[in-house]
Amino acid sequence: MSAIDQPVRKKDAMALVTGKPVYTQDIAPKDCLVVKLLGSPHAHALIKEIDIGPALQVPGIECILTYKDVPDSRFTLAGQTYPEPSPYDRLILDQRLRYVGDAVAIVAGENEKAVEEALDLIKVQYEVLQPVLDFRRALDHEVIIHPEENWKSLAPVGADNRRNLCASEEVEYGDVDQVISECEWIIEQTYHTKANQQVMMETFRTFTHLDTFGRLVCVSSTQVPFHVRRILANAIGIPKSQIRVIKPRIGGGFGAKQTAVSEIYPAIVTWKTGKPAMIIYTRRESFTSSSPRHEMEIRVRLGADKEGIIRGIDVYTLSNTGAYGEHGPTTVGLSGHKSIPLYGKVEAFRFGYDVVYTNVMSAGAYRGYGATQGCFAVESAVNELAAKMQMDPVRIREINMVRQGQVMPAYYGEKLNSCALDRCMAKAKAMIGWDDKYPCKDMGNGKIRSVGVAMTMQGSGISGVDTASVSIKVNDDGFYSMSIGATDMGTGCDTSLAQIAAECLDCSVENIIVSGVDTDASPYDTGSYASSTAYVTGNAVVKTCAALRQRIKAEGSAQLGCPVEDIEIDGEKVYRVDTDESISLKDLANGAMCGNSNALSATESFSSPVSPPPFVVGMAEVEIDKETGKVDLIDYVAVVDCGTVINTNLARVQTEGGIAQGIGMALYEDIKYTEKGQMVSNSLMQYKIPSRLDVGTIRVAFESSYEPTGPFGAKSIGEVVINTPSPAIANAVYNGVHVNIRELPITAEKVYMGMHKEK
Amino acid sequence: MIINIWLNGRQLTREIEADLLLIDFLRNNGCYSVKRGCETSNCGLCSVLLEDKPVLSCSTLAARADGKHVYTLEGLQPQAEEFGSFMADQGAEQCGFCSPGLVISVLAMEKELNNPSDEEIKEYLSGSLCRCSGYMSQLRAIKLYLDRKGAQEYERN
Amino acid sequence: MVSIERFVRVKSLAEAYELNQERMNTVLGGFMWLKMGNRKIENAIDLSGLSLDTIEETGEEFSIGCMCSLRTLELHEGLHHAFQGVIREAVHHIVGVQFRNGATVGGSVYGRFGFSDVLTCLLALDCYVELYKGGIVPLHEFATMKSDNDILVRIHIKKDGRKASYQSQRITRTDFPIIAAAAAKKDNTLFISIGARPGKASLLIKDDCLLDENSADDEIAALAEWARDQYKYGSDIRAGQEYRRHLAFVYVKRALQEILRGVTA
Ligand SMILES: Cc1cc2nc3c(=O)[nH]c(=O)nc-3n(C[C@H](O)[C@H](O)[C@H](O)COP(=O)(O)OP(=O)(O)OC[C@H]3O[C@@H](n4cnc5c(N)ncnc54)[C@H](O)[C@@H]3O)c2cc1C
Ligand code: FES
Ligand code: FES
Repeated sequence: MSAIDQPVRKKDAMALVTGKPVYTQDIAPKDCLVVKLLGSPHAHALIKEIDIGPALQVPGIECILTYKDVPDSRFTLAGQTYPEPSPYDRLILDQRLRYVGDAVAIVAGENEKAVEEALDLIKVQYEVLQPVLDFRRALDHEVIIHPEENWKSLAPVGADNRRNLCASEEVEYGDVDQVISECEWIIEQTYHTKANQQVMMETFRTFTHLDTFGRLVCVSSTQVPFHVRRILANAIGIPKSQIRVIKPRIGGGFGAKQTAVSEIYPAIVTWKTGKPAMIIYTRRESFTSSSPRHEMEIRVRLGADKEGIIRGIDVYTLSNTGAYGEHGPTTVGLSGHKSIPLYGKVEAFRFGYDVVYTNVMSAGAYRGYGATQGCFAVESAVNELAAKMQMDPVRIREINMVRQGQVMPAYYGEKLNSCALDRCMAKAKAMIGWDDKYPCKDMGNGKIRSVGVAMTMQGSGISGVDTASVSIKVNDDGFYSMSIGATDMGTGCDTSLAQIAAECLDCSVENIIVSGVDTDASPYDTGSYASSTAYVTGNAVVKTCAALRQRIKAEGSAQLGCPVEDIEIDGEKVYRVDTDESISLKDLANGAMCGNSNALSATESFSSPVSPPPFVVGMAEVEIDKETGKVDLIDYVAVVDCGTVINTNLARVQTEGGIAQGIGMALYEDIKYTEKGQMVSNSLMQYKIPSRLDVGTIRVAFESSYEPTGPFGAKSIGEVVINTPSPAIANAVYNGVHVNIRELPITAEKVYMGMHKEK
Repeated sequence: MIINIWLNGRQLTREIEADLLLIDFLRNNGCYSVKRGCETSNCGLCSVLLEDKPVLSCSTLAARADGKHVYTLEGLQPQAEEFGSFMADQGAEQCGFCSPGLVISVLAMEKELNNPSDEEIKEYLSGSLCRCSGYMSQLRAIKLYLDRKGAQEYERN
Repeated sequence: MVSIERFVRVKSLAEAYELNQERMNTVLGGFMWLKMGNRKIENAIDLSGLSLDTIEETGEEFSIGCMCSLRTLELHEGLHHAFQGVIREAVHHIVGVQFRNGATVGGSVYGRFGFSDVLTCLLALDCYVELYKGGIVPLHEFATMKSDNDILVRIHIKKDGRKASYQSQRITRTDFPIIAAAAAKKDNTLFISIGARPGKASLLIKDDCLLDENSADDEIAALAEWARDQYKYGSDIRAGQEYRRHLAFVYVKRALQEILRGVTA
C-alpha cells in the first residue's frame, strides 16, 4: 500500500493526547533559575539611571542585568537565512526603550517570588520621549526611533533608519497608469488589517544550561533551531561552535516562533552565571512583547474592461513593523506578490511599499506572512469591482483567474506548473450551493443569509534560499532512522516526511524513526516556515532516499556478487533481477554492522529555484441580524489545491485550523492601544480568539493538481489556508446588507454603523 | 500550611504556601499533563477533575483541594488512551498542548451529558480553547468516541 | 499576582465577619476574579466549610448560598422552570463549564461588576441579598451600595410568578456582553434592567404597563425606547456609546416581545 495520500496517525499522537511530559517546560532541570524581564512602562524613553542595588539584596536573586552588561553589537531576532533581510537593530538590552514592554532589565533568581520582588525593587529613571504611534505618520517623522550609529541593514531592502524606514520598494510591469486609465471599470480603495496575534497555546519558553564541555545548550520552543544558534552567537558575542540548540515538542508556533523572542534572555544568564536558567512567557508577555502580524494599510487600484477582464492592478502597502524590524522587509512583499498573480489576464501592475518603524510592539511572522493582508485587500477590491459591475463575484474570478501553464509576471516570472484553482472554485460553489444562495436570502425573521467568496495563493518555501538537508541511515534489522532539521511544531512533519521516505524506500511508515532537531546532530535546515517543509524538506527526503537506495544496491551487489545494475530492492529484500537470488534487508543491515567499511547511510540537501503556489477558494455563508448588524458565521467551505496530499488527516486539520484562525482575524481579533501606546488587548480575556462556538461549520475538500517539481506532486498547505476568511466574510456581509467593511475585524458595530451611513 | 490531597487515587500530604495554585501543586508533584495557557481563566488547558467536576486548576487554590480527590490525566491513562486514540485517528491533536485539558473535559462531559447534540458538545467544551485544529476534528473524534461507547453500552444491556 | 499569607477555613460566619473587618483580609468566592488582581492578602477567608454551596427551594422562594457555583445555578431545574430559563440564559455564556464550576454566586453579586450578566438578570427578578450584618436588602439597593466589609451569605429569589426574559450580545460567544438586558412582568408591572452599558446594571420599574400579547410592535418599541432613554451609555474597547444605546433598545424590545408573546422576533 502506498504511504502517500493516507490518514497516517502522527507519530507523537498518543504521547500528546495522554499528556506525556514532552514540552520544553516539562523536561527542564528542576534547578533552573527563574528568568523574568522588567518591561518599559513608556512607549519611547531613555534610561537615565537604573539602580539595581536593593533588588540584588532580595534573597535568592542570582543576577540582574541591564543595558550596561550586554554587548553593544546589534542583531536581529528574525529567523531568516543569513544575510538576513531584517535589519540589525536590536541589543539584548538597550538604553533606548521603543515600546511599552521593551526589556529594561533581566532578573534571574531561585524562585518566582524572589524574582517578582526584585523586579518591583529596581528603580529606573526614564527620560520620556515623544512616541510615534500612528504608522501613517511615521515616515520622515521628526522623532527617529533608531537613531543609533550601529544600526545596520545587511541586504538592499531600501531601509533608512533616519527616516524610520525599515524597507521600501516599487516594482512595475507594463504601464499600469495607462492601462487602468483605459478601463471601463475602476476601483480604488484602501484596506486596513491589524496586528493579529498568533496565540499558540504554548507561550514562548526556553531553558539553557552549560554542557560537559562548557558549551551553551539552549532547549527552546522554536521553529528555527539553526537560526537561533546564529542569533545567540550574534547576541552574546560567542562563536557558533559554542552553542547547541534543541527543539522538543512545540505547543504551536504559527510563525511566532520564527522569531527568537525568548532565547536570548536565559542564554545570557546562563553564559554569565554558568547556571541553568529558564524563561516562561506569561500569556500577557506573549501578547505585549512578542512578534504578531504586521499591521498593514493597503491601497488597491483595479481596472477592468467592460467584460470584467481585469487589466491592471496597482497595489501600495504601508506596513507597520513596530519598534524593531523583524520580518519587516520580507512580509510586505507577499502582500503584492501573492495577491496580484491570481489574476492571469493582467497586462500591467505596480506594487510599491514602505515599511515603517513605530513605538509599538515589534511585528514578526504569522502564518500567511503578508499574503493574508494582501489577500484581504485585493480580493475585497475585486469583490467591490464585481459589485460595481453587478457581476457575480464568482464569475469575475472564473474569467480572470490564473491558469496552469501561464507565466506569472507578478510572481517573479515563475511558470505555473500545477494549478487546480478552476476546479477548486467549481467545487466550492457546489459545496456551498452558491447559485441558490447568492447574493442573499431574507429569512423573514429579521435575519439575512448571504454568501461571499475569495481565493488565494501562497508559495512553497523561499525559492533559491530555503535549504533542507536530510540524513537517513539503515540500522540493525533494517529499520531506518531519519534526521531532519525541519521542526515539527504540531504540523506533523515528522510523520508526513516519514510517509515520503516510506514511499521511496518501499517500507512501512513505522519502519522509519524520526528524530527531533538538535543542531549538533541534525542536518541543516532553514527551519519550518514559509510553507517550506512538505515541499523543500520533502524533496530532500526524496533525494536522500534515492542516494540511500544506491548505497544499499551497492552493498547488495557486493554481497550477491553481481554488477549493481542487476540489483533491485523491493523494500524487504535486495535481489538479483537475473537469478532472483536475494538477501533480506535485515540480513544486509545486520551484515553491514560487522567488518564493513561501506556506511549504509545517505545525506542530501535540496533547495528549489521555484516556489510553486498552492491555492484555496474560500466561501462563507453568514447570517446577519438586520437590526443589530451582528454577523453569525454559519458555514465555511474551503477547497484546497496543495498538489498531492501526503497525509489526508493532517492536511484537513491544517486547513480547518487555518480557516479558524482566519475567521478569528475576520470577525473577532483586534489589537487596541491606549493613546500612550499601552496595549489593552493583552490577555485572552480581551483579545478574543474563537472558541468552538464561534467558527460555524468548517468544511474542507481537496482538488489536487500535480506539481512536477514537488515530492510525489506535493506543494504546501501550512499558510495558504488562513487567507480567505477575511475577504470572503466581508464579501458575504456586503452581499447581505451592502456594507463594505474595509478595516478588520468585521464587528457587528461596524456593520450596523455602515448600514445606517450608506443608506 | 499542610494539606492532604487524594491525587490520582493516592493520598499526599504536603506543606504548601497559602497562595499556591492547584496547577503549580500538581506540576510540582509530577503531573506534567496539566498545562498553563493564560492568567485569566480563559483557555481551559489547566482543567483537572476536582471531586469529579472539571475545574480550572490555574484558578483554584491548592488549599481548597484539601481533603478532596483530584484527577489529572496521569491518573486516567486508560481513559485518555481510549478517547485519545479517536483523536489520533482524526489528527485532532496538532501541537497537542491543549489536548490534556480537552480530554479531561470530554471525560467529564461523558458522565454529565446523555447523548449530547453537536451544539451541546460545543457548549460544554467551549471553555477549552484550541488554536491549531479549528475544532472540527475534535468534534468528529468526540462523536465517534461517544457512538462507540454508546454501542458498547447497548451491547452490554 | 495576588499573594496570600494565610488561608483560613472559617468555622462560622461570625468568625468570617470578624476577620473581614481587617483591611488586609479578604473573603474568597470562587477566586476567579480575585486571582487576577495584585492584592496582598493577609488572611484569605474561605467559606467552603459552611455548607453555603446549595440552592434550597421552598414554596415561596429560592435561597441560594453564596458559595453556590454558577454551574449549579445554571443546572437547577426548579430555577429553570420558575423563570423561563433566564438564569441559564444569563450564565451559560460565561467562559466555560470549568469556569462556572469555580465562579460563585456570592462573588458575582458581591462584585457588582458593570459587565455582569448575573446582576443584570437577577435585578429583574424579585431578588434579595442576605448580608451577615446588614440583614436582607433588596438586590437593587445592594447594587448601588458601596463595597463594605459585610459578608454576603445568600441571595433569595421570590417565586412571585413574574415572566422574564434575558438577552445579551457578545463579540464571541463566551466573551463579556457588550450589552445585557433583562425584563420581567408581573401583572401590570414591568421590571427592566440593562447592564454592560458598560456601566453597572440598575433596575427600572414601570407600573401600569398595559402591554399584552396583542400589543402592536410599535407600542412595544415605544416602551423599549423609553426604557433605553432612562440609562446612560459609554464606550470601551468592545463597543461604542451610540451602538450600545441602540442595542439597549433592540434587546429590551426583544425581551418584551418574548415575555408578551413567548417568542423572540
Ligand atoms: C475571564 C473572565 C470572564 C468573565 N466573564 C463574565 C461574563 O461574561 N459575564 C459575567 O456576568 N461575569 C463574567 N465574569 C465574572 C465571573 O462570572 C464572576 O462573577 C467573578 O469571577 C467573581 O466570582 P468569583 O466567585 O470568582 O469571586 P471572587 O473573585 O472570589 O470574588 C470577587 C469579589 O467578591 C468578594 N466576595 C466573594 N464572595 C463574597 C461573599 N460571600 N461575601 C462578601 N464578599 C465576597 C471577594 O472578596 C472579591 O472582592 C468573568 C470573569 C472572568 C475572570
Ligand atoms: S491556564 Fe488558562 S484557564 Fe487555566
Ligand atoms: S492542538 Fe494545538 S492548541 Fe489545540
